[in-house]
Amino acid sequence: MSDKKTITLKVANIHKAYGTEEVLKGISFEVKKGETKVIIGPSGTGKSTLLRCVNRLTIPDAGRIWLDGVEVTHPRTDINKVRQSIGMVFQDFNLFSHLSALDNVRIGLIKVGKMEKRKATEEAMRQLARVGLEDKAASYPAELSGGQQQRVSIARALAMKPRLMLFDEPTSALDPELIGEVLEAMRDLAESGMTMVVVSHEMGFARSVCNEIIFIENGVIVEQGPPEVMFENPQHHRTKEFLCKISELYGKSERK
Amino acid sequence: MVTLELTISLLAVGLLVGIPLALGQVYARRELVLLTSIYERFFRSIPALVLLFLFFFGSSFLGISLSPFLSAVLALGFRSSAYQSQIFRGAIQSIRQGQMTAARSIGMSKFQAIWHVILPQALRRSIPSWSNEYSSVVKDTSLAYAVGVIELVRQGRYIIVRTFEPMIIYITIAVIYFVLTYAGNRFLGYLEGRLEIPGFEAKRRKE
Repeated sequence: MSDKKTITLKVANIHKAYGTEEVLKGISFEVKKGETKVIIGPSGTGKSTLLRCVNRLTIPDAGRIWLDGVEVTHPRTDINKVRQSIGMVFQDFNLFSHLSALDNVRIGLIKVGKMEKRKATEEAMRQLARVGLEDKAASYPAELSGGQQQRVSIARALAMKPRLMLFDEPTSALDPELIGEVLEAMRDLAESGMTMVVVSHEMGFARSVCNEIIFIENGVIVEQGPPEVMFENPQHHRTKEFLCKISELYGKSERK
Repeated sequence: MVTLELTISLLAVGLLVGIPLALGQVYARRELVLLTSIYERFFRSIPALVLLFLFFFGSSFLGISLSPFLSAVLALGFRSSAYQSQIFRGAIQSIRQGQMTAARSIGMSKFQAIWHVILPQALRRSIPSWSNEYSSVVKDTSLAYAVGVIELVRQGRYIIVRTFEPMIIYITIAVIYFVLTYAGNRFLGYLEGRLEIPGFEAKRRKE
C-alpha cells in the first residue's frame, strides 16, 4: 500500500562544501506523503545544512530537490512561493521577538498569504489552539518558556498550510522538563498525517513515531531503515555504536 | 522658529537617507556597499562648517545657487545621515540572524523580512543612540549662522546689536538650546518606553 503513496520530497545527490570543507557528499532520499523521517548523526555532519538545502535557505553546490514534483533547486523556481509550502522549526525557535504569539502566527498569513486580518486571526487562533496555547496569544516571546516558544513556532509554520514540515533539532535548546510538550505537539502532527523530516536525537520520538531513521556521518548516509531494524539489527558497525551512545544519553528519558 | 525648522529638516534628511544607507551597507551587493561606504566616509570626515561652505558657495559656483537655509539642510542633513547610518547599521547587525532566516522560511521576500521583521526591532534598538544624534543635531544648527541663515544665534546677535545686553541674550539662547535638547530627549525616552517589547527588558537590567 505505502508504495503507492505519492512522493512529497525527493532529494537527489546533494553536495555542499564550505570552503574546502565538504559537508554533504551526495545525499539522496525520498519522503512519501504522510511519512516522518528522522535524521540522526554526530554533530558537524551536515544534518542542519541538509535541512536548509530543502527550502533553499542554503543553496547546494550540486544535486536537485523536488517538492511534489516542483524542483526547489531550480534557479527559476519562485522560492518564496515554495517556502510557503515548507514549514520550518528551528533549534532556537526564532520567534519574531517584537511580536506577540498571535502576531507571530498570523504575520505570514497577512503579509505573505495576503489573507484579510480577521480571517488570519481566526486561523492563527486555531493553530495556537492546536498546540495548546490559545491562552498565550497576547504574550510576547520573551514572556514564554522555551517549550511554549517552540510550540508557537510550530503553530507559525503550520498556519501557512505547509505540505512538508522540517524540524531542525527542535528540542535541543530546551530544558529537559520542557521537551515533552514539544514532542507531543510533533507526535500529534505526525499522526494527523503531516509529512515531516526531523533532525533530532530524541530516540523515544524516533522509535514511536517515525517511519524511517536516516543515519548520516561525514556527509554521507551510512544507513537508513525503519526504527525497529535500526535499533535491533543495524547493518553497520558505526550505526550500532552511535545509536548505543545516544540511547545512553537520551534513551532512558523515553517518554510516552 | 528657524532653528526648530532646521532641526526637523536635518533629522528628516538624516533619517530618510540614513536608514537606506544602513540597509545598503548590510544587505546590498558589493558595489553598492562600496558606494555607501564612500558617501559615509566623505560626510563623516569633513568638518560641518567646511561642508556648509562647500554646499553654499559650491552651489552658486555651479550655478544652482541654493538658499542659505537649503544648503544648510542639505550639508548638515547629509552629514547627519552618515552618522545615523552607523547607528542603524549597528542596530540592524545586532538583530540575530535567525530572525531573517525565520522570516524567509515562511515565504517572505528579503524586502518583506526587512520591513516587517528586521526594521521594527532595529529601530527600537536605535532610539538610545539616536537620541545622541538628535542632541548633536539641535546644536549643529547654530553652524548655519555662518552662511547667513537667521537661526537662533543670529537672531540673538540682532537683538544684541539693538540692546547691548550680550550676556542676557546668550544665556537666553543657551537656555533655549537646553530646553530643545532636553524636551527632545524626554520625548525619545518616552517613545522608547512606549515601544518596549514586553518581557524584553533591555532597558532595565536589575541584576
